[in-house]
Amino acid sequence: MLDQPSALIDIRGVCRSFPKGSGEQLLVLEKVDLTIRSGEIVGLLGRSGSGKSTLLRIIAGLVTPSSGSATCRGETIVGPPNGVAMVFQSFALFPWLTVLQNVELGLEALGVESAERRKRALVAIDLIGLDGFESAFPKELSGGMRQRVGFARALVVHPDLLLMDEPFSALDVLTAETLRTDLIDLWIEGRLPIESVLMVTHNIEEAVLMCDRVLVFSSNPGRVATEIKVELPHPRNRLDTYFRQLVDNIYARMTQRAEPRAPTIEGIPGTGIGMTLHHVSSNVLSGLIETLAAPPYRGHADLPVLASQLQFEADEILHLGESLQLLRFAQLSEGDLMLTEAGTRFAHLETDARKKLFAEHLITYVPVMGLIRRVLDERPSHTAPAARFRNELEDYMSEDYADETLKTVVSWGRYAELFAYDEQSEMFSLENP
Amino acid sequence: MKLQVFRTAAIGRALRPNVWDAAALFLVIGAMVLIVYGGEQTVAPLSELERTPVSLDPANLPLYALRTVLRMLLAIVCSTVFTFIYAAIAAKSRRAEMVMIPLLDILQSVPILGFLTFTVVFFMNLFPGQVLGAELASVFAIFTSQTWNMTFSMYQSMRNVPKDLEEATQSFHLSGWQRFWRLDVPFAMPGLIWNAMMSMSGGWFFVVASEAITVGNTTVTLPGVGSYVALAIQQQDLPAIIYAILAMLLVIVAYDQLLFRPIIAWADKFRFEQTASGDPPTSWMLDLFRRTRALRAVTLPFSAINRAVSNLRISLPRLRPSADSKSQPSRLIDGVWLALVLAGTAYAAWLTYHYLSASLGLPDVLIAIRDGLITLLRVIILISLATLIWVPIGVWIGLRPKLAERIQPLAQFLAAFPANLAFPVFVVAIVRFKLNANVWLSPLMILGTQWYILFNVIAGASAFPTDLREAAGSFHLGGWRWWTRVILPGIFPYYITGAITASGGSWNASIVAEVASWGDTHLNATGLGAYIAGATEAGDFPRVVLGIATMCILVTLFNRLVWRPLYALGERRLRLG
Repeated sequence: MLDQPSALIDIRGVCRSFPKGSGEQLLVLEKVDLTIRSGEIVGLLGRSGSGKSTLLRIIAGLVTPSSGSATCRGETIVGPPNGVAMVFQSFALFPWLTVLQNVELGLEALGVESAERRKRALVAIDLIGLDGFESAFPKELSGGMRQRVGFARALVVHPDLLLMDEPFSALDVLTAETLRTDLIDLWIEGRLPIESVLMVTHNIEEAVLMCDRVLVFSSNPGRVATEIKVELPHPRNRLDTYFRQLVDNIYARMTQRAEPRAPTIEGIPGTGIGMTLHHVSSNVLSGLIETLAAPPYRGHADLPVLASQLQFEADEILHLGESLQLLRFAQLSEGDLMLTEAGTRFAHLETDARKKLFAEHLITYVPVMGLIRRVLDERPSHTAPAARFRNELEDYMSEDYADETLKTVVSWGRYAELFAYDEQSEMFSLENP
Repeated sequence: MKLQVFRTAAIGRALRPNVWDAAALFLVIGAMVLIVYGGEQTVAPLSELERTPVSLDPANLPLYALRTVLRMLLAIVCSTVFTFIYAAIAAKSRRAEMVMIPLLDILQSVPILGFLTFTVVFFMNLFPGQVLGAELASVFAIFTSQTWNMTFSMYQSMRNVPKDLEEATQSFHLSGWQRFWRLDVPFAMPGLIWNAMMSMSGGWFFVVASEAITVGNTTVTLPGVGSYVALAIQQQDLPAIIYAILAMLLVIVAYDQLLFRPIIAWADKFRFEQTASGDPPTSWMLDLFRRTRALRAVTLPFSAINRAVSNLRISLPRLRPSADSKSQPSRLIDGVWLALVLAGTAYAAWLTYHYLSASLGLPDVLIAIRDGLITLLRVIILISLATLIWVPIGVWIGLRPKLAERIQPLAQFLAAFPANLAFPVFVVAIVRFKLNANVWLSPLMILGTQWYILFNVIAGASAFPTDLREAAGSFHLGGWRWWTRVILPGIFPYYITGAITASGGSWNASIVAEVASWGDTHLNATGLGAYIAGATEAGDFPRVVLGIATMCILVTLFNRLVWRPLYALGERRLRLG
């Protein structure tokens, strides 16, 4: 397969930024290089916000790069290129069209005449295991069947490159696994009318299971941190030692860069006031601390093991770990999560004492919390509008992230009883009702 | 109508007629004959109207009703076409949007009946000596009563098309034209149909009102239920009015059963939900068509045409650059555009001022404003009264599913019924008992629109979650506390929707409700509606303009300051689920 490596997609030094709330640009992709050749499955693996979906959309011609070059078969990508089809995380099926009509849609757009269209659509439907469902509407189907329609719709146009944007993440574990195996089976039997696949995922095992090459992305801004070749023959066995090693290895690489951030350096995205907080319920945090403190972990857990026991995706467990690390209740390193002394203490406290400890850590380690509390203390009215802090946050991050950060601030602040927040007037205050 | 085309079975048997064919075929042929007949009448010269004046013979009523229905049909077709074009342009072009959407907002609150004055003159001049001119004026009046909320709904749907579907159409190379028919229109369909139905409900009122028009010394009487009633009023013929009411009842029921119910049942597939709905709407008419093999075959060419049209490779310019495209909109062109719009606005304002100041002075403006405030007071009092009466009743009905099922269609039907047909009945009473017109004409304004409050409250109470009711019950919440803490917040968003419609309708109705006559007796209440009606009859255009402008401003202010904040509150805080 790799004898004659012709570049299908060639990405050189691509950057992409989006306007921030303050009008400046927020860099989400920085100098990414990627070549996709014929006959390979390439995976883009990374945390949410690492720009991997943006890269996929650049290749799909839905987003233009801010700088750098993106070519498909040597031609610069302007608008969706021919020979590239996409499968969506949310399926993106038209609810008012039947399965057959959905599958025929791409062919209609290409102007394929109706008998040929019908024939090709039925072949694709047959291939993907949907026969019998041709006249069903999407809402009559289960999630797994819907995504099969998504696959059939993409395959029917015989694309050279199939783009998949987290195609299995909206499905339950069993369905996702069946669909993955079916797809890989078709791929190794050479029955898919495609040359290459590019898939975005945040599921480490999924990437190792399906891809020939995995590009691991780091966040803030999104960059290719490392490239890992998976040289296991299909079908792959999840329990295989080499497989496990690769998964552990990738976990370690993804936690590597997550050093505790110095809260004093302001002006750099991701630190100081501009630190983006991901919304994690304080209940989940307490639960995780308790789990970590209890046997069998006793304060020290291997992330893949913890993730599979608690049924979390890699991305979720990393978010949780990072939130704990931010609050100095735990420490992430080399794919492990270890409770700190404060974390252990937290696990053994009563509710009120926990709240007090949580509040102390919030004030000390989360700069925006300290800021809000300081402003409230200083003002004679002991109230402050949320807009005041939002503006400050938007100097550092996009509106969406500012939203999420504020939501987190409100929820943690309420739990810690640091301040009250009135949703209707959007005011912070020191009142304690 | 595009029926479900694809079937794997039944090939080869598809053309053998079945039992349902006969019935359905007659329905179709009958409809065609009626449309052709009605159409022939409209191109007749105007003198034809004078030769065969409207008569009160009940035997003529079916034909009159047909003419009324055809006007309505034509208007809804025009409204739909307008909606597609206007909403598409507003949704695709940012610069057009800046002007078109506020314009739409104002147009929504313009009293349509006031409009008639100008449009009749305009259309009569366009087709001098032909019935067509008057017909078009009437159709235009209905059109203006229907189209704005449909356009709004379409525009909002087009702006809220799910991002993933948008990306899918791009990724699969659908052209702008294909995208419009394959994504934008189907996605907008449920909202559009609901709004079309609301528009139709309102439309009956205007079709009746616009059939007998007097502007200055021109009087046009188009054959129809409305002109029949107008004549009956003149001749003080109460039985004739009862006949007209009965005819209208039948027409609305037929319209609902033969047209709207099938469309709603058919459009259920466009609802953007990924899960099957529990209780899909049904229609015997649609079932009839779906079960009828030959008729289904007849619809095949239509779906083929539909397909062919939507697949035409017309490339529409992609006016709106996608949000993440690199190119920033040019500031310079924006500036020029803004300047143009401002210049146009200033010119229009100057023109209006110039026109009005030529014949009117400040006292006239003050009179218009005073009358406006009086009508505003009427609207507020009437809405409050209707609320006090219908909210408890609506809640009581809504919480009893069996009863609600039976009452709900009735309430919707009453909302659609043109209340102006029933006005004479009340006027007779007022004349007979010598009641004060200023007080007793007022209820007519809300006669037709109060039902919006009722059926929305019923809908709200029916949708109130059972678990919340049970929770309230288990905590022994009762009496006043139950109303204020449980049910009123629960139905609030629904109530507001109903009240907004009712209040808008009442403003419009004031133009026909504040003046009434029975034979030679004329009743007149002080108010902006009477002001506009009086000016129209006298052909006093400056006063008509002043009256309409005043009503526009009052309605817009009232919407902005009262209804919109309440609506936002309801949506934000009190929407369940």
